[in-house]
Amino acid sequence: MDHTVTMTAHVEPARVEPAETPLTPTSWGKLGMWIFLAGDAVGFGVLLAAYGAARATSADWPDPYQRLGINLTAAMTFLLICSSVTMVKALEWLGRGDRARCRRFLLFTALGGAIFVSLQAYEWTHLVHSGLHINGNPWGAALFGTSFFIVTGFHGLHVSAGVIYLLSMIRYVGNRPEPAASYNAVEITGLYWHFVDLVWIMVFTFMYLI
Amino acid sequence: MSAVSAAYVDTEHAEHHELGFLRTYVFSTDHKMIARQFLFLGLFMMILGGLLALVIRWQLAWPETAVPGLGWILTETEGILEPSTYNMAFTMHATIMIFFVVMPILAGAFGNFLIPLMIGARDMAFPFLNMLSFWVAALAGVLMLAGFFVPGGHAAAGWTSYAPLSSVTEYTGVNWGQNLWCISLFVLGISSMMGAINYITTVVNMRAPGMTLFRMPLVVWSLFITAILLLLALPVLTSGVAMLLFDRMLGTSWFRPSGGGEPLLWQHLFWYFGHPEVYILILPAMGIGSEILPVFARKPIFGYHAMAFSMIAIAFLSWIVYGHHMFVSGMNPTLGLSFMITTMIIAVPSAIKTFNWLGTLWGGRIRFTVPMLNALAFVSMFVIGGLSGIFMASTPVDIFIQDTYFIVAHIHYVVFGGSIFGAFAAIYYWFPKMFGRMTNPALGHLHFWPTFVFFNMTFFPMHILGVGGHMRRIYNPTQYEMLQPLQWWNVLITIGAIGLGLAQIPFVINFFWSLFAGRKAPVNPWNATTLEWSAPSPPPHLNWGPRLPTVHRGPYEYSVPGSSEDFLPQWEPSSAVPAGARRH
Repeated sequence: MDHTVTMTAHVEPARVEPAETPLTPTSWGKLGMWIFLAGDAVGFGVLLAAYGAARATSADWPDPYQRLGINLTAAMTFLLICSSVTMVKALEWLGRGDRARCRRFLLFTALGGAIFVSLQAYEWTHLVHSGLHINGNPWGAALFGTSFFIVTGFHGLHVSAGVIYLLSMIRYVGNRPEPAASYNAVEITGLYWHFVDLVWIMVFTFMYLI
Repeated sequence: MSAVSAAYVDTEHAEHHELGFLRTYVFSTDHKMIARQFLFLGLFMMILGGLLALVIRWQLAWPETAVPGLGWILTETEGILEPSTYNMAFTMHATIMIFFVVMPILAGAFGNFLIPLMIGARDMAFPFLNMLSFWVAALAGVLMLAGFFVPGGHAAAGWTSYAPLSSVTEYTGVNWGQNLWCISLFVLGISSMMGAINYITTVVNMRAPGMTLFRMPLVVWSLFITAILLLLALPVLTSGVAMLLFDRMLGTSWFRPSGGGEPLLWQHLFWYFGHPEVYILILPAMGIGSEILPVFARKPIFGYHAMAFSMIAIAFLSWIVYGHHMFVSGMNPTLGLSFMITTMIIAVPSAIKTFNWLGTLWGGRIRFTVPMLNALAFVSMFVIGGLSGIFMASTPVDIFIQDTYFIVAHIHYVVFGGSIFGAFAAIYYWFPKMFGRMTNPALGHLHFWPTFVFFNMTFFPMHILGVGGHMRRIYNPTQYEMLQPLQWWNVLITIGAIGLGLAQIPFVINFFWSLFAGRKAPVNPWNATTLEWSAPSPPPHLNWGPRLPTVHRGPYEYSVPGSSEDFLPQWEPSSAVPAGARRH
């Protein structure tokens, strides 16, 4: 598949000037996003490591399987993976020059994220009603609730930001008649979305399953 | 290709002239303006941090007497420092100096100014993100300063904010001060990340034709490596202070044992960030030193590749040594030994750098200009700071000297003697390019020599105090019988500190006088070889005219045998060199 990105008016012409062996020659943004994701991964890593340390040293850590339940979250996980698939489809349609389908699949992706966050809000409400609070719970170690709300909350913020990002990309693609003009930006959006998805797999594994 | 870029330049210039005051000076996306903004932020904060240091010193030399000039702030005590105010002073001195002086000046100002100019790029990769990075940092500064005005005073748990002292309000009596401290550093972490994304992308993607990685000036290498450390270290602090804030405001117990938490977790998080942070502070100064020494010794840098690789080695090692800050935390001695060994290994790349600096000077025709003097001070003071680090790296010695004035001496030799002398060297060296005017050498000497003398008078005796058992962060040393024979050292140090403060007055005068009335700077006042000296002083928007410079050689071609002049600039084509018909 050939995705040659032609230089159009909106791309800063400074980038047309010759440069010494750029790593991502067509776009600085792609490298920028990868770098951001590396830093963001450290932020998530710290929270997960702190969670692991708290849990490993705790004598009365509640059983997450019993207290959190995985039926709803398994469905949420499936939904998020599906949204990654629609993200891939969006990029693929754009590569084939079909902007309308691309925008439709971007909308599906954003919808997947929005439903995910809504389900998470429902889950949180349910858990709060059953006694799980950020600073304590009836079943044991207080940090059980703390780490749960902070890690899933931090991830939920990423999904919410991603939904806004995706919606703005629908507009972005719509404003550019030439499909190749927005291909790169959509690809970068995909990097972010797949990252958020990947982080959720980690969160789901470490906080719910294990 | 050239037609495209020429058209680009023309349209941009037309647009440039339409930019109003706000877009040119305040919300500018030009890397050079953002650099100047970071520089002014850092210098302003340095005044505040320096005054806090003098308040601390007054209390230690003449405990519980009224600090001159403080009566109108501390009206209730008529200028006498209470223990809580003293704790606040040392906490905020360190916080401001590290996060709002050294980082904004070295990484913020010189990172922004030098990276595009020295690799031959027109601007940073993401100019808007760059502007955002400064204004988010400025917001963090405002939040940090706001802490001084809230009831209960500013954070008073030390710049390391060890839990549970920092996490339980009742222990220090500080409520919103500590909260604002956390929020400010959280915001600053976001700013640093934006900066790091820009720096790394720019260096990786935007080098001018011919500027291969191993033709980059060493200061660009140092800033590149610093950016990687910023990217991977700052999120650790950002997550950490968020957790601390949750402990304080939402009643969680990450760091509170009564709720099942672990105070040591804070130390692990803080120092996992904190040790790379030390190299974030010193690596740019190392790069600056490596840049200035060859220019004024008129010799190539000794061991260019070794210099680059040793910085990479230092950056890598900085991730596996952090435990040496926690030797006395009850750590398993085997683990302590491992951290001791990795820490000792850092001496190897550091020594490579030091000997290469000395090798650069060896046999050179040294010009003792003001930037050179500051660079030489950087090298010599960094050696003292590095050597005192070895004492603390070895666990048996550390058990004796930890939390004494020895560590205070060590950090000041590294961060003041290293980073701040590096910053002064950089300011004097790049001032002509940054502002288009030369600084006054007489005032420069009047600034450098007293600073150098008083610096040593202030910080060297702290080693002696530390070995004598003088604890760090104590309010009144005269309360301890064992410290009474040492009290005259405290008086001497404070006199030195006051002298050090006064020695900065010529710098301030020089800076502002030169800004408006200094001699107009030529394009290449130091006869240097790196790309920034091919752009006009100060460089216009987009730095160069229609064509970017092309790089033909490495950055340190001084005194090349057979050459008509004693330097070969990176942008000069080889065929033009022997002709000896260059401008100047």
